[in-house]
Amino acid sequence: MPSSVITASRLTKKYKEFAAVDGISFEVAPGESFGLLGPNGAGKSTTMRMVGAVSTRTSGELSILGLDPNEHGPEVRSQLGVVPQQDNLDMELRVRDNLIVYGRYFGMSRALCGEKADALLEFAQLSDRAKSKVDDLSGGMKRRLTIARSLMNDPRILLLDEPTTGLDPQARHILWDRLFRLKEQGTTLVLTTHYMDEAEQLCDRLVVVDKGAIMAEGSPAALIRQYSTREVVEVRFGSDRNADVAHEIDGIGDRVEVLPDRILVYTDDGDAVLAEISRRGLEPITSLVRRSSLEDVFLRLTGRSLIE
Amino acid sequence: MTAAPMLAPVRPAQSRRTGPLGSLYAGNSRAVIGRGLLATRSTSWLIVLSGFFEPIFYLLSLGIGLGAIVGAVTTSTGQSVPYAAYIAPALLAVSAMNGAIFDSTWNVFFKMQYAKLYEGMLATSLGPLDVALGEIFLALLRGGVYAAGFLIVMQVLGLNLAWTAILALPAVLLIAFGFASLGMAITSYLKSFQQMDWITFVMLPMFLFSATFYPLSVYPQAIRVVIEILPLWHGVELVRGLTTGALSLPMLGHVLYFVVMIVVGLTFTTRRLRALFLN
Ligand SMILES: Nc1ncnc2c1ncn2[C@@H]1O[C@H](COP(=O)(O)OP(=O)(O)OP(=O)(O)O)[C@@H](O)[C@H]1O
Ligand SMILES: [Mg+2]
Repeated sequence: MPSSVITASRLTKKYKEFAAVDGISFEVAPGESFGLLGPNGAGKSTTMRMVGAVSTRTSGELSILGLDPNEHGPEVRSQLGVVPQQDNLDMELRVRDNLIVYGRYFGMSRALCGEKADALLEFAQLSDRAKSKVDDLSGGMKRRLTIARSLMNDPRILLLDEPTTGLDPQARHILWDRLFRLKEQGTTLVLTTHYMDEAEQLCDRLVVVDKGAIMAEGSPAALIRQYSTREVVEVRFGSDRNADVAHEIDGIGDRVEVLPDRILVYTDDGDAVLAEISRRGLEPITSLVRRSSLEDVFLRLTGRSLIE
Repeated sequence: MTAAPMLAPVRPAQSRRTGPLGSLYAGNSRAVIGRGLLATRSTSWLIVLSGFFEPIFYLLSLGIGLGAIVGAVTTSTGQSVPYAAYIAPALLAVSAMNGAIFDSTWNVFFKMQYAKLYEGMLATSLGPLDVALGEIFLALLRGGVYAAGFLIVMQVLGLNLAWTAILALPAVLLIAFGFASLGMAITSYLKSFQQMDWITFVMLPMFLFSATFYPLSVYPQAIRVVIEILPLWHGVELVRGLTTGALSLPMLGHVLYFVVMIVVGLTFTTRRLRALFLN
């Protein structure tokens, strides 16, 4: 039994001269839930495609379940479940047939496909839509169907590329709940996201990627501890005044970050910072104290926000 | 030990193929064919039927109508046959071509560019050759069904002049296979619907000039050479030899032409699918 199911070392993908993934290294342990967090264009999908054995690396080493995906593409893919960033469900087939036909692509028997399809429709809460056309499903349902489809071959690793992007909050919560169950059952999850709340909910451990490189690695809590303070005070003075006020705030808290629309003050005691701000006679239009999140970690590491 | 997710830990049968085809072929085209047959349930039967009737209308109007004026025609092997019996085998080859080309160009283009069907297939343990073979077989099937129907019409009208006409069925399957694989190969390189019009642009003159309605001998040498390079003429000559019973050695050459066409088409389709979806 290998200690890790995925091992990437100095993994690189170049498109012409441009390095979309630029020498990243990471390992994923069996049963672990591993995340890649990063902004648009960070190279998350490109990494996922290499791990999914549908894209060949330019250089570096990659081992999936002990196999090199460049040489054993079909065999690696037969043990993975893939949820691509954009749904590619079969629009010409009905919901249940989508699952059955997908199972057949893996060489599974018709009987087994039927059994699994029914169980997975149940899991995805789509049993009553079994005969619907795919087009008639909502965005969240399509996503759930894609996840159900990815589980047809009992994958040892599930790859999820931005599983909840574009869904409304309720649909996201249903999906998180389903993914959480898989995690509890011991499925190895690898997911990308640019939502820090998603990463915090689902990932045991994650890497923060930007411009094809890894900026930091750790559990969400450890990353926050290491790169941010316990609390953050957000104050707004209106977009034209923020910059002017910034230097008057200087020196309060551990660190001050000035964004176009607000000022962030990092501290372990938010209330004390708020008190100090009003003692200096500054009157913010709005103010709030919140716990640090991965968003703050990202800001600290790159000087930019996660979602532009 | 990784716990299997949620359900009984049944592992699907895994193909452990090695060698040069290992990453290209999983020996599972039948899953692709099964998917295609299931999907035809939602296709428009009007389009399917119109492709079938087109050559029949030509046969009725030109073969019977024009045939009354033309009388008999001399084939390339020197045999004299009624006009309708002359053009019917050509139209048979055309119907195989139409069926194969429709599926392997328009349908394939849509699946590739818009439906992302192949992207989904190639994320499984299928290889590009499984997908190519499966899709080409479906196109061939459509061509074969059209042609079989047409062959029956010919029999009813008394246009099959020899027992060898029965061999026209495998012959049209070969022809459909050739057109389907080349059609899919070409389609896989196209990027827009405008470029798809080029296929129509080549097919129409090929249909009209490939010794379909009159012998090639009416053309000057230069034009004959061009037509003999294009595939339809080989199909027409092959089928005509079989339905009129005028067998000749060059027919083996026509068979070889289609075998080469199949191999070339399959090779390029597989390569292109790999480059597009597994790069
Ligand atoms: N086939 C390709 N050819 C050329 N460049 C590409 C290709 N695929 C991706 N890229 C480039 O590689 C970079 C990383 O892309 P990738 O899709 O991996 O980012 P991402 O982190 O998934 O972003 P997003 O959050 O927007 O999905 C981008 O700059 C993108 O333009
Ligand atoms: Mg992406």
